Amino acid sequence: METSSVIQVKKLNLYYGKFQALKDVNMEIGKQEVTALIGPSGCGKSTFLRTLNRLNDLIDSVQIEGDVSIDGNNIYDKSCDVVALRKKVGMVFQKPNPFPKTIYENVAYGPRVHGVKERKKLNAIVEKSLREAALWEEVKDDLSRSALRLSGGQQQRLCIARVLAVGPDVVLMDEPTSALDPIATQKIEDLIRELKEKFTIVIVTHNMQQAARVSDSTAFFLNGEVLEMGQTEIMFTRPLDQRTEDYITGKFG
Amino acid sequence: MLIPSLALWGVLEESSAVEFCLREPYPALFPHVLKQKGGLFLNRKLETAIAYFFTLNGAFVIFILVGIFALLLSSSFAAWQDVGFISFLTDRVWNPSGFVASHFGIFTKIVGTLMVTAGAMLFAVPLGIATAAYLAEVASSWEREIVKPVIELLAAVPSVVLGFFGIVVFSPLLARIFNLPNGLNALNGSILLGLMSLPTIISIAEDALTAVPKEYKEASLALGATRWQTLSRVIIPAAGSGVTAAIMLGIGRSLGETMTVIMATGNALQFPSDFFSSVRTMTATIAIELGEVPADTTHYYSLFAIGFVLFSMTFLVSLLADIFLHRAGEVKKL
Repeated sequence: METSSVIQVKKLNLYYGKFQALKDVNMEIGKQEVTALIGPSGCGKSTFLRTLNRLNDLIDSVQIEGDVSIDGNNIYDKSCDVVALRKKVGMVFQKPNPFPKTIYENVAYGPRVHGVKERKKLNAIVEKSLREAALWEEVKDDLSRSALRLSGGQQQRLCIARVLAVGPDVVLMDEPTSALDPIATQKIEDLIRELKEKFTIVIVTHNMQQAARVSDSTAFFLNGEVLEMGQTEIMFTRPLDQRTEDYITGKFG
Repeated sequence: MLIPSLALWGVLEESSAVEFCLREPYPALFPHVLKQKGGLFLNRKLETAIAYFFTLNGAFVIFILVGIFALLLSSSFAAWQDVGFISFLTDRVWNPSGFVASHFGIFTKIVGTLMVTAGAMLFAVPLGIATAAYLAEVASSWEREIVKPVIELLAAVPSVVLGFFGIVVFSPLLARIFNLPNGLNALNGSILLGLMSLPTIISIAEDALTAVPKEYKEASLALGATRWQTLSRVIIPAAGSGVTAAIMLGIGRSLGETMTVIMATGNALQFPSDFFSSVRTMTATIAIELGEVPADTTHYYSLFAIGFVLFSMTFLVSLLADIFLHRAGEVKKL
């Protein structure tokens, strides 16, 4: 087994009731790499992302077949501890969704639910996470401010800090900049490049340039299938499949 | 008044109420109205008349409320002139036809009302919020479809039926459990009032919990929080204003309830020592005594004054509930 990949997906099929949203998806996601998932709306990118932290479990009608292994453990095995899984695989959402609590409480929430009680320890985690998310300098003077009063871009970085505070290995990002302006987007992209030093990142994006700018590998989804996957550079310059080229060059999507 | 109103709404089919009120002074805002021809078009005079008609309906409701308030207040002043406002509120003795001296103190009744209400909330609040959380977060859709109508049915039980239930079921039960001569006491009233305010608390709290954006829930679960942690640390706090409003409305319901407490609490006049004491609430006093009191006496006016105090209390509670509900509306937006 390849040592460089943390996530291995084999023959993953996912159904919403009778509708098959993912068809026979196979994928290897490299350690400390940024993997971009691209494809037109409704092609299963976000659904796929949500299988990696089992957030699809929330939907009653979902049925999943196949294998998703993270660090060699099948996460759909009965013995899998979902809480531990989600601690290891964090997620940043499309719309910034900080809790209606203070900045401090937002970041401390994760460690708290995992049993960290000591104030000193929490303070240290909060500072470290906010620094890692490049937000510390902007908010350090008043951590007791409501998170909802931050700008959209700051809120999204807060959400990233909130994920980092739990100490994940993998960070899933579901179109993390689609609700942000270009400047805030750039900050998040810079941040993604820094974060990949420590974390494995899987990012869903609608923005081809973004995929090209931040990712090492890219997977192209169409109608629930992965049509093509490979190094981003190659994919964007010499795609194998005509449909990939059409999508990347903006002929559809 | 209702039937012609409905008929008029029929004529106005497409216009929303807001538009209707604005259209007259600002016709330019509604170009499609100006363009309308033939059947649906109403001439200016008729429209004005209809606008006045609805305004009058609205004014009528306000007039009734103000009228009640004025009647209570003016009668109350008559009582307070004789008794004194402070001693009316603080005197523990209520003895309107005392041989030596009459007493018109409602302190005991205020305590009785508050005790029964507090007791009711003590179990209706946790039970109500837990049920709301179950409905909003745990129940599957078919469970919800069974439980919700049942809760609505609970709201439809007439208070006199609940009171009857208190006399024949809870009273002997409490008497046996706690070894009392009879079970007509504050506890009995509390249980029944709790049951009565449960539907209010459950439905308002459930609305508030359901209105919490699902993004919060997802964020929390994605961080590895359990469902229980998510519910108790994110969803309920996020719905805090709405849940508080639910409790307030439940309190309001209990404060004003009359028939059930008359039947279940024993109505003794003495100052209650604990929840096993018989109590007489403010509402019960008015209902029991107003039918037999000679008009224009201090006793008569004092009953109105009790009504005024009660009205002030429920008004305050409703006002708070309203404030909290408005705040809940603001939180919803993410």
